[in-house]
Formats: sequence, C-alpha cells, structure tokens
Amino acid sequence: MTTPVASPSADRAPAQEGIAHRAGFWRRWPRRLSLSGLVGVVLVAFWLLVAFVGPLFAPHGVGAIVADDSFAPMSGQFPLGSDYLGRDVLSRILYGARYTIGLALAAALLASTAGTALGLFATVSGRWIDESLSRLLDAVTCIPSKVFALVMVAGFGSSVPLLIFTAALSYLPGAYRIARSLAVNLNVMEYVEVARARGEGRVYIACYELLPNMIHPMLADFGLRFVFVVLLLSGLSFLGLGVQPPAADLGSLVRENISGLPDGSPAVMMPALAIATLTIGVNLVIDSLPGRARRLTRGALR
Amino acid sequence: MNDLVRVSGLRVVARNESGADHVIVKDVSFSIPQGEVLALIGESGSGKTTIALALMGYARGGCSIASGSVDVGATAVTSLRGQQLCELRGRQVAYIAQSAAAAFNPARSIMDQVIEGARIHRILTRAAAEAKAIELFRALALPAPESIGRRYPHEVSGGQLQRLMAAMALITDPELVILDEPTTALDVTTQIEVLRAFKKVVRERRTTAVYVSHDLAVVAQIADRIAVLKNGEICECGPAEQILDAPRDPYTQTLMAAANPVVRLARESASRDQKATGPLLTIDGLTAGYGRRENQGRPENVVLEDVSLTLQRGAVLGVIGESGSGKSTLARVIAGLIAPARGTIQFNGAPLAPQLAHRTREQLRRIQIVFQNADTALNPAHSVARILGRPLSLYHGLSGPARNKRIAELLDRVRLPATIMGRSCADLSGGQKQRVNLARALAAEPDLILCDEVTSALDTVVAAAILDLMAELRRELNVSYVFISHDIKTVRSLCDEVLVLYAGCKVESSSRETLSVGSSHPYTDLLVASVPELRKGWLEQVDIPEAQSLVGTHFAGTPRLCSFLRRCPLRIDGVCDVEPPPHVVTQNGKQILCHQDLK
Repeated sequence: MTTPVASPSADRAPAQEGIAHRAGFWRRWPRRLSLSGLVGVVLVAFWLLVAFVGPLFAPHGVGAIVADDSFAPMSGQFPLGSDYLGRDVLSRILYGARYTIGLALAAALLASTAGTALGLFATVSGRWIDESLSRLLDAVTCIPSKVFALVMVAGFGSSVPLLIFTAALSYLPGAYRIARSLAVNLNVMEYVEVARARGEGRVYIACYELLPNMIHPMLADFGLRFVFVVLLLSGLSFLGLGVQPPAADLGSLVRENISGLPDGSPAVMMPALAIATLTIGVNLVIDSLPGRARRLTRGALR
Repeated sequence: MNDLVRVSGLRVVARNESGADHVIVKDVSFSIPQGEVLALIGESGSGKTTIALALMGYARGGCSIASGSVDVGATAVTSLRGQQLCELRGRQVAYIAQSAAAAFNPARSIMDQVIEGARIHRILTRAAAEAKAIELFRALALPAPESIGRRYPHEVSGGQLQRLMAAMALITDPELVILDEPTTALDVTTQIEVLRAFKKVVRERRTTAVYVSHDLAVVAQIADRIAVLKNGEICECGPAEQILDAPRDPYTQTLMAAANPVVRLARESASRDQKATGPLLTIDGLTAGYGRRENQGRPENVVLEDVSLTLQRGAVLGVIGESGSGKSTLARVIAGLIAPARGTIQFNGAPLAPQLAHRTREQLRRIQIVFQNADTALNPAHSVARILGRPLSLYHGLSGPARNKRIAELLDRVRLPATIMGRSCADLSGGQKQRVNLARALAAEPDLILCDEVTSALDTVVAAAILDLMAELRRELNVSYVFISHDIKTVRSLCDEVLVLYAGCKVESSSRETLSVGSSHPYTDLLVASVPELRKGWLEQVDIPEAQSLVGTHFAGTPRLCSFLRRCPLRIDGVCDVEPPPHVVTQNGKQILCHQDLK
C-alpha cells in the first residue's frame, strides 16, 4: 500500500508562530517589562519587604514617645520627623505597613479564592444554581463597600478578623463575576465538551480544564482587589473605625496626624505617600501584565 | 507593456517581541496586465494575503514593507504616505475580504455601506451612486436589486452579502480589485453562484484583479495567471493553463495531487466478520434540537428531524450537508452531549441512554469525538502527555511508566515523534494538533470515532496526510468513523456509506460508489454538481438547474413537507407542496426522501 505519509515540512511550517504566543508568561514577562512595569515591581517588592522585615529595622518602639516636641521636622535622629505625640514616624510606618499589607493580602486572597471557587462552581453546576448564586451576589454588589464596612464595624466592633471578613465579603462579588464570565466562556470550548463526553466529573472539569486557563486573568484581578482593599481599610482607619490604637495601619497614621497638615508635617505626608506608592506600584505591575490577562480584568471590572 | 500592476523585489517583514525580524514575503516580483486576473495560491502562512495587502500599501500590525516597489498604474504605492494612501484605497485599489459578515456594519443599511466609498472619495452624488449600486446589484445577480439596498446585513444570506461586498468594492470603478478568499467561507452551492457573479462582473468591466485563495479548483475558474506561493516566495508563476496542466515546480505538483484526492481504500475484508455481530450503531427516528421543550417534547428549534441510520463495524459513514444542516448536532447527540427529543440509539446491540450521565463508562469509552478545530479542542494549558494520558488513566487505569509507554505508542501511531510529549499543544502546528486530537480519541481504544469536520481547518496537503492516517488507523485498528464534512471530495475519498442531510432531514443515503450514479435526491445532485473541478472552463460548462421561485407560502404550516422544496428544480407542483415526501429505495440501493419516482 502506498499511503503517502505526512510531509513533515508542510506539517511543521507554521509551528514557529505559536511558540512566542503562550510559551510561559513568567518566563517571558521580565524581559518585556516596560519602565513603568519595572518601577511597579520595585515598589511592590519594597513594600512586601517592609511588611515582612520592616519592624526589625525600626529605630524605636511603635508606641514609644521619644521626641520632645510633636510634629518635629525631618532630622538625623528622626528621619521622617515625629508625630502628634512625639513618636517616631519612621518606626510607626514600618510597623503600620505590616497591618495594611497583611490585612489587605488576607482579604484580597480570601475574596479572589472564594470568588474563583464560586464562579467555577456556578459554571459547572447548571442553570438554577448559577442563576441563584449570581443574583444573590449581584445583590451584595449593590451595597456600597464603605457603608457596608461601617455597618459591620458599628454592629460587631472593630477587630482584625472582622476587618478581613468585611473587606473580603465586599470584594467577593466582583471576583466572582469575573471568574464566572471567564469560566462560562471556557466552558463552551470544545476541549471541555470532549472532557464531558469522556465522562469526567464536574470537579475535574472545573479544576483541570477551566481553572488553568483563567488563572492569569484572576491573578491580575487579585492585584486590583488588593489595591481596593488597601484603600478601603485605609479609609476605615482614617475614620477611626479600622485598626485600633495603639496599633496603627497607614490609614490611621494619616488620620491621627491630620492636624499637622497645615504645617506640611512629614507625619501626615509620609503615611499618605506610603499608601500612594503601594497602590500605584501594584497598579503598574498589573498594567505591565501581558495584554490578554489585563484586558480581561480591566474590562470586566468597569 | 501595458501592465497595470508591477511589483518588484517586495519584502515584508514582521518584527517580533524581542526585536528580531522575520521575513514573511521574500523578494516577490510579478506584474499583472490590464484586465487580467492573477491568482495568488498557497497554504496558510505562505504570505498570500500579506502580498495582497501590500498592493494597497498596507502591512498588518507589527509588519512593515521593508523594500521593493509596488506600482499600480502610474502610482508608486510604496512611496505614498498618510492621506495619499487614503486616496488610493477604495478608489484605485479595492479590497474584498473573506468574511463579508464581519466586514459589514450591522447597524447601517446595505446601501449606505455600498456607496460609502464613492461618497468618501466624492466621485458621485448620492443619487448617482445609488443608481450605480443598483446597476451593480443587477450585474451581480442579486435578488430584488432595487430594494435590497434598504435591507440590513443580517437580512440577507452569506452568499448575497459576499456579492454585496463586491458591489461595494466596484462602486468607485477601481483599477485593481483584491479578492481575499471571497468564497472560502461559503457552502459549495452558494460558492458557485458567487463565483459566477464575480466572473461575470470582472469580465464585463475588464477589471484587473488579484484573487487570493488556497483552493486550486476555484482559482482555475477565474484566474488568467496563477502564482504559487510557499513560505513567502513565488514557486511558480504562469498562465493558468500551464500551471494546471503542466506544473513544473514540485510543490505545485504536490498541491495538484492533494487537490485530487485518491480513494483511500476500505479494507477488502470489510464485510468478513460484521454480519455475525450485527451493526455497531443504529439510530432510529432521531429528532433533536435546542431551546424550550414544547408539547410532546419537541424542542423549540428542531435541528434534526427523524434521522435514521445504521453503521456497520469497521465502516465509515460520511455525513454531508451545508452549514446549518444539523451535521454537528448529529455527532453531539451520538456522543451524548445533546439529549435527543425523540428516537433511539442502539450501540453494540444495547440501547444508549440519551443523557451523558446515564451512560456507562464503558459506553463512553467506546465512542470518542474529534472536533474540527484542534486549537479549541485541545486544552492550551495542558501538555501533550497530559492530554493523551488522561483517557489512559481514566479508562484503562494506567499510570507511571506504563502510561508513558502507551503515550509514546499512540504518538507513534499518529506519526508524531515521542519528543513532543512534554510540549504544550500551543507550540504545535495545525496538522500536528489534529494528530494529537486523533491520538486522544485513539487512547480510549474506541469502536467508533465521531469526526466533526476534522480536515476543514487544515491546508490541502496537511488534510490529505490526516485522511491517509485515518484510513490507515481504520485498516489496522478496525475502528469505525462517522465522518462529518461539508466537502464531498473528502467524504468520497474516505467513506463507504454517505448520508446527505438537508435542513436536518436525511434526504439520501447511499454507498460511495452509487452517490453520483443513477437517480439521486435533487439536493445531492446539486451538491455534487457544485463542487468545482480542477480545470478551466468548468464554471461555464456546468449546468446547475435553477428552481422556479415558489409562489405563495400557504403550505408553510403543513407539517413535514420536503425541506428542499423551495430550491428544488424538479419540484412537482401539486404533489411536493401538499404531501410529505416518502422514503424511496432506488434500483441501486439508495434511500432517498423524494416524490420523484411518482412521475
């Protein structure tokens, strides 16, 4: 039998284009990083480092009143000046960053994981569960996150677990919406149909067929949620409802030193700057993500 | 010389992310005399569309025209900038894209869009442009030329839209028209109408044109000269007759060979052992569709209506029909992805549950489905080993080295090197992906593989190789196929039995040999006659009878009339529009659903 075998050259020719297309986002990413992306990475890395080891380098204790006068300007002894009680602002920021970043990480992680899990569950579970879950979470979406947080703090008092839970619950519906819309699109792909025809269960389809293809956009989304949570918690702390004294996060540092604002005191400027650099840094990192992931996330959020 | 288009030393490069240049078109030179049609032919990635776009001075995102010159008439296209290019495009050079549906704005009326070019370039008043458009509609054999312009793109058919796009291109009387695969997305029966219309207009207006296509048989009908491209270079360029009758370049010869498919022989011993065990698959009175269930369980949109078929062990059943005829739905129903509304499926002598969840794992293993587009049928997040390994562990409980050994065997079966095991399928070429796709189905060791347009997305040469592989697998593994295709040539080359679907009804079933012999269903005749042949002049010679338009729609409510009624040239008024057609068995064993023999 003279069955002609596939001509290898014809078969292989277009393969090259595909390689650059997807071959590992992590491998390719740093090389393609723009200047702004690089700035973002540096800022995020700096703040993560501060959150983990910052307090080790704090020259003074977090609550120690060390300066003679309040709102002292920057000096060799107090690099960022002193606050309204005469405490060292640098030390307060080094301790406070841990709260802000730790809380926001925990809440954003909780919101994104739960949102992704529920989104996948809704997608593979058929119409009724999908509909009821989606409508329920839509209802949560329409409660303003600040107001919801105020009610929660008013009702249960401010504590770290409550803050995490409240922030996570506020941002869960958004993460769910994005996860579900990604998963629904993937769910009609032919490889999912093949898996279904093969007799795979829902859990397999959700975890092995859908999840790996939506993980990158969900990571980008996680970054955005993190920024939102930082701003929410800082806002709450600014209102005096967040982290309670003597502990302080960046938001409460801004608030307690607000009376130094007319003098342009570093005690109020520096924590504000810290919040700004942290959130801008995360945003720059997200913007430098490869196009597809970013577009999906940004588009779905609006 | 009165060459209208002169291209010399054209180089188009693409810059990739790391800044390295990749040459897409390498030193291409050709010229087109006034009033001739040049066809650019080649497989995907050969640079044919890139060359066509360069004629308008356009390079796609990331690409640029590096060197060379393009002259259209007295204009040096490559030296134009900004506004000058705008004046060239749509005025001197017009472009007709592959997908008319994507090229029309759904929110504006057709007339507005057709005359837009003339209005932008301020060459005609609105009234004059509309009059000219109507004249073009008539020349392109569009129905109701006076009023079709008032409709919106979704209100006309795909073939009509393609012709409307031609009118849009021709409204400014351009010197050069570029047709980029204008009939590729159409059904064969529509393609022939569109081709005829194009050819007529091009001949009458003595338009110079570039026709980009991968289909030699289509090109043979319309081109005066053919340029064969491979990897951005011209392999051979010459008069159409010479290329078609006496190709010199080996690559052109390969293309010609692939365009004329050989019959991939069935096993000689096909009927040896099957009679004893009975048919593999029997479907009886199958009705399926989408949407809400109405009374008696009939779905809102019925896609398949009363389809019955029998498939013998080791046999190949071809299912053919145009888009929307229910071919893919049939495969999905057999695979269990869509539950039928009515009818029974027997597999291996046992009834097959309509719902996937009620089928046993063994039944699932024995029926595998292979989809058209390997890009979407293989999970881009998985490696080849993972894709092939999953059915092995699911159905056969294999793991570790035993599984890897089997994966290597499977890759060898589909003639892929075992080294690609660890690669992501996104790194593979179209043909390789389709092989992995087949290998995944084989991993289950099925009795039946449902192939849904498996070769349609592939280039001719690659598709031929896949068909060869399928024929070989069938000989060696005794697996049966339900082979779904819109391409009657591939169906003929692989299948023992052919089933013709039209609008969800089985209008004919016959063996391969008798498909175009003796009396057939009028739709089958139309389908067979519409496939372009690889010779010049076929388009003029082929005789496609046209149906007389049907007056009145009073029978619209009568159930189960012949679905082909409106298009049927052999319609018997007073019979066909009154009674449902009977199943008739002809002398040579065909089953057709038609009134024909009542005469």
